[in-house]
Amino acid sequence: MDIFGVPVQALMAQLMIGLVNGCFYAVLSLGLAVIFGMLHVINFTHGAMFMLGALLSWAGLYYFELNYWVMLFLAPLVVGVFGIVLERLFLKRIYKLDYLYGLLLTLGLTLIIEGAVRSVYGVSGKPYGPAPISGVTDLGFLMIPNYRLWVIVASLLVCAATWYTIERTRLGAYLRAATENPKLVEAFGINVPVLVSLTFGFGVALAAFAGVLAAPIMQVSALTGQTMIVIVFAVVVIGGMGSIAGTVVTGIGLGLVEALTKVYYPEASSMVMFLVMVLVLLVRPNGLFGGVE
Amino acid sequence: MTRLMCYGFLLLALVAAPWMGLYPVLGTKILCYALFACAFHLLLGYTGLASLGHAAFLGVGGYVAGYGIKAWALSPELALLAGLSVGALMGLVMGYVSIRRSGIYFTMITLALAQLVYFLCVQIPQTGGEDGLQGIDRGMLFGFINLHNDRVMYYTTLTIGVAAFLFIARVVRSPFGQALTAIKDNEPRAVSLGYHPDRYKLLVFTLSAALTGLAGALKAIGLGFVTLSDVHWMTSGHALLMTLVGGLGTLSGPVVGAVVLVTLENKIGELGALLAGVTGIGWFATLGESVMMIMGIVFVICVLAFRRGIMGELDALRRRVRTPNPAPEPQS
Repeated sequence: MDIFGVPVQALMAQLMIGLVNGCFYAVLSLGLAVIFGMLHVINFTHGAMFMLGALLSWAGLYYFELNYWVMLFLAPLVVGVFGIVLERLFLKRIYKLDYLYGLLLTLGLTLIIEGAVRSVYGVSGKPYGPAPISGVTDLGFLMIPNYRLWVIVASLLVCAATWYTIERTRLGAYLRAATENPKLVEAFGINVPVLVSLTFGFGVALAAFAGVLAAPIMQVSALTGQTMIVIVFAVVVIGGMGSIAGTVVTGIGLGLVEALTKVYYPEASSMVMFLVMVLVLLVRPNGLFGGVE
Repeated sequence: MTRLMCYGFLLLALVAAPWMGLYPVLGTKILCYALFACAFHLLLGYTGLASLGHAAFLGVGGYVAGYGIKAWALSPELALLAGLSVGALMGLVMGYVSIRRSGIYFTMITLALAQLVYFLCVQIPQTGGEDGLQGIDRGMLFGFINLHNDRVMYYTTLTIGVAAFLFIARVVRSPFGQALTAIKDNEPRAVSLGYHPDRYKLLVFTLSAALTGLAGALKAIGLGFVTLSDVHWMTSGHALLMTLVGGLGTLSGPVVGAVVLVTLENKIGELGALLAGVTGIGWFATLGESVMMIMGIVFVICVLAFRRGIMGELDALRRRVRTPNPAPEPQS
């Protein structure tokens, strides 16, 4: 059976890859949106943190023989702590300034991180070796590698957990309140600066988590983050950073659109999400899901 | 009056530089980046719009000029005009899309649009893909100025650069420029005074893009090549860094920033080797390969401790000498 001249099997396989990529976009833009909500800083280092997560999982395996599952926990932790250190050392000094300086500072930090990784490992990707989960599952219409299935499930679970934490727990309530009015929340005896640090740490840990998930299926190199961050920017422009669900849906949707383009018009596959962004801006300047300015 | 003398001195230094040991091709490169940074700053410094998409105008301006010379044997003046026009056209289109949002969203949109242009440049054959365009002939400007001579090329670039600088200075001081500043400082108030901010933003975006396209065309002719790195968004980051180092909101800041940064990048290898020789620490010798990292460090230092930039600090110093009260730190 063909759909517009493409066999269903091939189409499904591409869509599945698109879904996996979309999950990465979703987790990354979620972290970016969480950080932006609290710090009002667009975290340019996000792509670099994704790359660090992937690199750490490779390095853990290569140098210390720590397996994938250990690194899936450890790499986000390390990157999260690294993020908190960066926040305490640098970012906290620029909150009172224009948004431009937050962008510049994180851009500078990105260059340092990527430059450092590049000077140690070069620009070519590191092969991770076989995926930690082998085998394929037959879904009837499509054979799907188990590892990719796991990536999809894990990403969606993390997104759901983040949503639950922010919308349904006491900590989340503090966070939302501090986003709204930090002074007042501080007056109630809540340590807002610590909350801010933790938010930043959590956001970049999410990026690192996505990086570990991506390590076995993407050749992650020092410069992967640069491509990734621009895509994630497009995602948050399209989806707006107002709602968590909106960000996740946009991320996954764009992954699928990209995959479809790869099937029908491969030349445009790297450009299509930016074209979608232009279209959305022309029709709905505030993004698909409203978005808070 | 002192200000005028400062500009005169700067111009004199630029005129004399090739006779004082500056390699004219490096000088040409510095001037092209200075023009690029000034065009970029027209948008950021006076309208408050931080674009990370200007590499697209620089790169495509260069590609069009280079391709025109190679494929259609365009004369240099027509190639420059082509770069300028293409920059303006792209600026009009990209500006139309991106000014629909403000602040950080504007920056992200320009970045994404530039990435679109980058991928387009990777795909189409006219740009030479990964190889870029090589061996672009400089030719004869207006049929009688022989640009093959490096010094003639330098002075031609300087003339065009000075003209563009005066044009920017004129724009900034015109009623149009005043309206831009008003929009930057308080957009709702400008609206209530009867201005249409979007028209102003679009026009200044187009102007800035056109001048950037011109800088790209000049660079293509002067250096003889255009590569994908000219279109890469990191090049926009360069312009931002030059503006920041030189001093945001000062007319001459971007020029000074370009001079400092391009020189630093070109000499960093030698500097590293020198440091390695003096201190005996081998790591310094690899400094030339870590330009990216050094740029990052300069970024961080500038943002944390040096927000006024070189010209801004000089200005503040001058004011402190004149008046006992120190000038307040700009919070813009």
